[in-house]
Amino acid sequence: MKVRRMLGALGVATVLAPLLFPLYWMVMSSFTQEARLFAAPALVPDALVLDHYRALFGGRDFWTPIRNSLIVAGATTGLSVGLGALCAYALARLQFRGKTVMLAFVLAVSMFPQISIVSPLYLLLRELRMINTYPGLVLPYLTFAMPLTIWLLVGFFRQLPAELEEAAAMDGAGRLRSLREIVLPLAWPGLATTAILTFLYCWNEFLFALSFTLGPERYTVPVAIALFRGQYQVPWGQILAAAVVATAPVAAIVLVAQRRIVAGLTAGAVKG
Amino acid sequence: MRNEARLGWALTLPALAAIAMVAVFPIFWTAWESLHFHDLRMPWLGRPFVGMANYVEAVSSERFWGAMAHTAVFTAATVTLELAGGLVLALIVDRFSRGRDLVRTAVLLPWAIPTVVVALVWRFLFESPAGIVNGVLLRLGMSPPTWFADATAVWVPLILADVWKMTPFVAVLLLAGLQNIDRSLYEAARIDGAGWGRQLTDITLPLLRPALLVAFIFRSLDAFRVFDVIYVMTGGGPGTATEPIALLTFSSLLQNLRFGFGAALSVIVFVVSFIFAAACIRVLGRDALMERVP
Repeated sequence: MKVRRMLGALGVATVLAPLLFPLYWMVMSSFTQEARLFAAPALVPDALVLDHYRALFGGRDFWTPIRNSLIVAGATTGLSVGLGALCAYALARLQFRGKTVMLAFVLAVSMFPQISIVSPLYLLLRELRMINTYPGLVLPYLTFAMPLTIWLLVGFFRQLPAELEEAAAMDGAGRLRSLREIVLPLAWPGLATTAILTFLYCWNEFLFALSFTLGPERYTVPVAIALFRGQYQVPWGQILAAAVVATAPVAAIVLVAQRRIVAGLTAGAVKG
Repeated sequence: MRNEARLGWALTLPALAAIAMVAVFPIFWTAWESLHFHDLRMPWLGRPFVGMANYVEAVSSERFWGAMAHTAVFTAATVTLELAGGLVLALIVDRFSRGRDLVRTAVLLPWAIPTVVVALVWRFLFESPAGIVNGVLLRLGMSPPTWFADATAVWVPLILADVWKMTPFVAVLLLAGLQNIDRSLYEAARIDGAGWGRQLTDITLPLLRPALLVAFIFRSLDAFRVFDVIYVMTGGGPGTATEPIALLTFSSLLQNLRFGFGAALSVIVFVVSFIFAAACIRVLGRDALMERVP
């Protein structure tokens, strides 16, 4: 029994070590002096230095990309969950012709390669004078966020018991009223999961943000980090500190909502 | 019933119209654009119709075929490693009852963090001459290459970074498949004297086939359009040694501002993805994907 338990612990360790070591190294290095980053790195640091974080928020104004990312990801999530919930409810619960075709359409769009629509979106946004604006990112983000939310929510709505709605219909409640008063309150875990996943995809998105922003005042977090270059050398300490800052909210979400995320990933087909 | 249909359309229309506007209409625009000469640096030349000239230029350039080859190498390597790794990881995690939450968090973290961060962290690990990977290799008495200046060795950190990030995602998909397998099948197999290996090949793998195929399709489609990790880690370099098709398209569009030519490349990426997806759905049967609407 003891041997089994030790084997189990060994198993956990072999799974965890390669998954967590790069993250551990990122966090440790972000607290290490620049001069020591590549000289005699130790597994356990002897002193934690906050220099890189001070430079990040003092000298570089890393708050701006954080604010941009929050605004764009928040607006995209709100818009796509709002529109997506209505659409998904109809696809999951109402009987009408064209439903299957609509679902296939949504699935097909979710497989579109982002790079294929960069050029027309760029020309369109330029025409509308929306390059380097928040709406100029939210609109392109809908291309992946809408199919994602619809797909996930159809799955969640289908899991709700139909009897409650039937009972409400008996009592004379219309479809819209039962949607508002019965389905949505019951479906909130599904809505929350969908919102979390959509937010994660938006927070991490890189190609559109790189294509449709022009300057640091509109860069999102991934773009700001990727375009981080020192004048003469790569400022690794600051890059890693920024990486830690970009990872922190994601890590918090995963810690709090891991069960929901797994349910979302496995319930609907989600692209990586 | 009439009413229900009307309500159905009313509820679906806003979302579908949004998708049509931001995704479907642009695809047609790209196709149209690809038949024209359009260079944003030379607006006075206008946008004349040139037929298939952009496509001809693409398929007769070495850089295009290089980019296709890099994409193919990256896709083959990462998808193989991620499916194999994901299967192993799922089988191990499936055995745990203790520490399951901890393991699940650790498995989800690499998947959830931004690809840009993953690329930078792995670049830092492999940085020459004194990154930690080189430190370990030197201590083991090996002489590591200068990873990011070597056209072959540079694939190692690139592929490892993607595998590190996406294997957990595959594992999560497969784990759900594993947990749907009826445990009594294993009991029966044990009673019949089937060992661990037989149980794997005769029960687990056949029953996991749908989950494996779905993971295969999603990973392949995703790897084929790889951009973030390569743009950030190597910029397609050294030279153009790791430039994938998405990066070539991106630089044609937004660095060289050759929108007609870039659109032709975009259409090629789209068509290849589309044919691959259609072929998979053919092989799988349409229902395998649609069934995933639970």
